[in-house]
Amino acid sequence: MQDEPTPEELIKAVADFLRNELAPEISGHNAFKLRVSINALDLVMRQLALQEGSDAAEAERLSNLLGMRGPLGEINRVLADRIAKGELDLRTPGLAEHLWQTTMAKLAVDQPNYASYRRELENKRN
Amino acid sequence: MIEAELATCVAAWYPGATGVTGAVRLSGGASQETWSFDIVHPEGNIAAILRRAPAGYGAAPTRAAGLNAEAALMQRAYDAGLPSPRVLHVLQPQDNLGTGFVMARVEGETIPRKILRDEKFALARPKLACQLGGILAGIHGLALAQLPELRRMTAAKEIAELERDYRGFDWPRPVFELALRWLRDHDPGPSDEVTLVHGDFRHGNLIIGPDGVRAVLDWELAHLGDPMEDLGWVCVNSWRFGEIDKPVGGFGTCEELFAGYEAAGRRVDPARVTFWEVMGTLRWGVMCCGMMQRFRLSPEHSIERAMIGRRSSETEIDLLRLLAPRGR
Repeated sequence: MQDEPTPEELIKAVADFLRNELAPEISGHNAFKLRVSINALDLVMRQLALQEGSDAAEAERLSNLLGMRGPLGEINRVLADRIAKGELDLRTPGLAEHLWQTTMAKLAVDQPNYASYRRELENKRN
Repeated sequence: MIEAELATCVAAWYPGATGVTGAVRLSGGASQETWSFDIVHPEGNIAAILRRAPAGYGAAPTRAAGLNAEAALMQRAYDAGLPSPRVLHVLQPQDNLGTGFVMARVEGETIPRKILRDEKFALARPKLACQLGGILAGIHGLALAQLPELRRMTAAKEIAELERDYRGFDWPRPVFELALRWLRDHDPGPSDEVTLVHGDFRHGNLIIGPDGVRAVLDWELAHLGDPMEDLGWVCVNSWRFGEIDKPVGGFGTCEELFAGYEAAGRRVDPARVTFWEVMGTLRWGVMCCGMMQRFRLSPEHSIERAMIGRRSSETEIDLLRLLAPRGR
């Protein structure tokens, strides 16, 4: 077992340093690249926090949908193949809901400020 | 360094030019560069742009029309009275600058967030969608006989290319599979009319001033095909930059776009536009995946490209909103 601090804590410390102390001193194209870099670290932190739960939920839904178990990467590939072959489509019970939930979980990590994502979250709440 | 070559080049075709100054590289990847510079002239400097592929980067990607075709199209658009930079010179081998061309520099803004939010564009914004419609009608009305040689594309070919690119990444995406099926099932077939298609008509490729559109840029993806493709592409959610209720670039409605197009004497087929909007959304998603692949394979190791790779999920939610909207 590895010691503390955790990867989450280390990445957050680096991101905070870059954001709060380094960024104000950088200008030009490097300032842009620094901003992108900070965004990347923030994304990694969201993934570390959310992936375990969302992967487990996705695997559970996939098992029900496909009637098979296996590593997430493999059963996701099976889903993709079956959609490609036309064996599953939007009339398949649970497919649309699965794709929506999986996509929402991706956006929560990749781009939680994306306007379409925020709109869908609001619609869910209302 | 590039100023010396540019000075020699410019002296050969611009009468009275005594040199160049202020050369700055604006953007571009490994294979294409854009430079801004001024031609020094006793009667006043001339603002110019160099767009080129340096020597050794001769092989353009299969989709690209090629820089010589780009120059020809830009000049045709200019001659037809469309907002387009004037082409000043097409590079020759003796210029030692690679392939490409020099054009007049048009002042204005291309950054979407500024165009959508800055006060100085407040009067232009409500007019833009209609204006874009008119410009597209002008592009689609250019006589085919006067165009350079271009690829002839159809929806079926486009679907096949997207599928090939997507499968090449070997990373399963069920939403993309769904979109590919949908596109095949809803392919409206070849259009009755084949026209010039700009191919990348959207924010970033439009120079906009407080008075409206000043120039259409970047004909790299120009081809012959269904004119409705350009109307669908400009409506893709990825180009709305947060203003998702205004389908045209985040500043206007489809009705305004269509009205501008039809006022110029051309007809809109809204069902085809929607089809191409779905295609365009998938296309941008596949392009994002391509960025991720280039990040992995190219020595530059660009964090920017890596992060664009993570934007392909944005197109997945947009595809679901188009193909499987949730009940409210």
